[in-house]
Amino acid sequence: MTAYLLKRVAIAFATLVLASVVVFAVLEILPGDPARLMLGMNASAEQVEQVRTQMGLNDPLLLRYFHWIGNLAVLDFGRSYTYSVPVIDLVRERVAVSLPLALIALALSTMIAIPVGLYAASRQGRLGDTVSMGASQVGVAVPNFWFALLLIYLFAVWLKWVPAGGFPGWSAGIWPALKALILPAIALALPQAAILARVTRQALIEVLSEDYIRTARAKGMPYRTVLWRHALRNAMIPVLTILGLQFAFLLAGTIIIENVFYLPGLGRLIFQAITQRDLIVVESVVMLLVATVILVNLLVDFSYAVVDPRLRGRS
Amino acid sequence: MSLLEIENLSLTIGNRSILKDVDLSVAPGEVVGLVGESGSGKSMTAMTVMQLLPFTAEAAGSVRFDGIDILAATEDQMCALRGDDIGMVFQEPMTALNPVKTIGEQVAEGIRWHTRAGRAEAEERARKILDRVGLPEAKFPLTRYPHELSGGQRQRVVIAIACALKPKLLIADEPTTALDVVLQAQILDLLRDLVHENNMGLLLISHDLAVVTEMSDRITIMRHGEVMEAGETAQTLSGQVHPYTRQLALASMHVPKRRPFSPLAGEMSSNATEGVASERNVDTPNKTPLVSVENVSRLYPGRRTSFFGRGTPIHAVDDVSLDIAPAQSVALVGRSGCGKSTLARMILALDKPSAGAIRFRGETISHRDEAELKPARRNMQVVFQDPYGSFDPRQKVEKLVAEPLHLLEKKPTPAERREMAAHALHEVGLGSADLDKYPHEFSGGQRQRLSIARAIITRPRLIVADEPVSALDVSIRAQILDLFADLNARLGVAYLFITHDLTVARAITDEVLVMHEGRIVERGATKEILDRPQSEAAKALVAAAPDLHRALARKMQEQG
Repeated sequence: MTAYLLKRVAIAFATLVLASVVVFAVLEILPGDPARLMLGMNASAEQVEQVRTQMGLNDPLLLRYFHWIGNLAVLDFGRSYTYSVPVIDLVRERVAVSLPLALIALALSTMIAIPVGLYAASRQGRLGDTVSMGASQVGVAVPNFWFALLLIYLFAVWLKWVPAGGFPGWSAGIWPALKALILPAIALALPQAAILARVTRQALIEVLSEDYIRTARAKGMPYRTVLWRHALRNAMIPVLTILGLQFAFLLAGTIIIENVFYLPGLGRLIFQAITQRDLIVVESVVMLLVATVILVNLLVDFSYAVVDPRLRGRS
Repeated sequence: MSLLEIENLSLTIGNRSILKDVDLSVAPGEVVGLVGESGSGKSMTAMTVMQLLPFTAEAAGSVRFDGIDILAATEDQMCALRGDDIGMVFQEPMTALNPVKTIGEQVAEGIRWHTRAGRAEAEERARKILDRVGLPEAKFPLTRYPHELSGGQRQRVVIAIACALKPKLLIADEPTTALDVVLQAQILDLLRDLVHENNMGLLLISHDLAVVTEMSDRITIMRHGEVMEAGETAQTLSGQVHPYTRQLALASMHVPKRRPFSPLAGEMSSNATEGVASERNVDTPNKTPLVSVENVSRLYPGRRTSFFGRGTPIHAVDDVSLDIAPAQSVALVGRSGCGKSTLARMILALDKPSAGAIRFRGETISHRDEAELKPARRNMQVVFQDPYGSFDPRQKVEKLVAEPLHLLEKKPTPAERREMAAHALHEVGLGSADLDKYPHEFSGGQRQRLSIARAIITRPRLIVADEPVSALDVSIRAQILDLFADLNARLGVAYLFITHDLTVARAITDEVLVMHEGRIVERGATKEILDRPQSEAAKALVAAAPDLHRALARKMQEQG
């Protein structure tokens, strides 16, 4: 068990280091001088040079890399060129929106997908399977912003249950903030749930043809009980893999949904930072996301060991 | 009155007729053997009794168990019967248990389900039955997971699950087919004892006539979904009134005719002089052995005990030496896990010895790189146990059979390849029309012919065959053994048969090497060793091997 976990942690750490090198290198290669961008087109060469020295942009590459990494490690992300505020403050504000949004969407997607997958697998080849998988096909095909618009029309414009967009901030109280997040969460969750349901069904169908399912049935347990007790846990590994990937996407890949709902999330922050050549923000947010994805994958690896005793080795 | 009474049972799945007018009965305390080849419907008969058929299956006729009409029973009624009054044991112990649950959970589950016992009570009962089937607490606590147990131990767990609630009827579907002979004898003993203890009825399904004869009071022989013959075991098998029964019995005892290899006779030697196996060793006292294994050991690193430490290394093969002469047929026999497959892998240069040297035609092959090994690879090929798993299902036979041709010095043209593949097929009794088929279009026996065709296409000097007939039905198995004997005589190819089945060794080998815990403990002429084993390991193998003659003689005495 410990050997497996330590190995996973070591791999995660190595990935993180490698990713930081790539992020740093890409931004070094990209055209655009941050000092000039800060000062504007009219600044003289001397002024630019002075700012570059000030920001440490003229230091040797390796030194700058370690400086950057050292600061990241203590959560000092530097100051944004365009906003002139510490990057950490920007990020903190945005994470307060994006993280709850991602978690709600993930929870919704799981709660929809697993039962649908179970149902479809248990009715394999029959009407219920065809209908639910047809629906999931639609869910995969239709883009989430289209769902978003439908949801806005139905729940915000027509029923007026929730606001159509914007985010009041957590200071306005938990309930109003949640109300602002629920529609985007549903819009994000549906396509994800559709994919996850299909993966769950497929994994279950594979497991259901295993010999131990027959053994369990021969014990006298009804099909449904066998499905829950014996099949589901064995089918969890592919499901967990997809869940991990989906969480990463939900955290950072939500630019369109954030735009549809006017949400100040991480996706929009990074998008704006790129258009404005605010490299320090891009670097920081990308590193943060990379770290999160690696952490989530590490958790997924750990959960494999929880699910499957064969990965634990002899304890 | 019978416990299980099947009358005129017919079964169709979709439009296919699976069973036709099957009659079968099992009384309490009685062992009934159900024999047949694959596809004969014996498993489907069992699944009908359990009502675990695919949902498109339709059964007609009558199946009564303990007064209950099974075919009319609701799913709830069946759930109450399964695992309580009817237990079932399956063929493949390696996959019959849920890998993510402990053995305790899996045994206790059925007990809790049927008796509504609490966790503690159910676990106590699970403990008792595990003790009973030979898995004592000290070595096998309830918290063990299936992957921590061997195949034989897992089969004991499956039997514990099936017998936990003392069922009135136990159905055992090929319960020992996947196990080595010594384990097989132990599991059969266990089943026999459980029958006596609980006055349980046992329906024993097997393709192995010897096993069934040893175990059963009555026997039912099936073919193509119909009962061919049924009756008392001794009477049925000694009389052999029915032609199919006779055919099965002959096939189970089949010994291929062997001829010595004569290089001149070549392809047309089909009616060359017939000789007995023991005479064959005389003609090769000359020159170097084909394979020579000198003091070879193979160590596997011990299991990781901590992040840095490892346990003591495991000696899979321990200081083994052996020679195989050209055209000689050698059996390497031993129980599962004795190291015979590891040794074979090293001879095939698929694994490297930790110590010692292996020479093939005088050249060292251990510790060579792939390019240097090419000439040797051309001259050694392999046939595996499972004819289903050893072919890529998406490739045509021509490509599959011609695969080893890349080992040739000169790359053949497509036309030559096809020609050579057709010739190889012809040699194993298939036709050139089969070149464009896919593996799934062949039966198990035909697929094993394909593997042999693939093995002989480069005209190798040595074929290593790892349990080549253990997955086949008896009649097919007899044909494949004949084919091996024939190719040996015609092509002069030497064999290394890896097997736990002594009848295979007896049938087609000149010499036997008995392997036990990594060492070769006994060697000599096949007949000599099988008739007069000296070492404990060889004695155990010989004693445990099911033998139709012996079993029948004993049954005749019992049943008069």
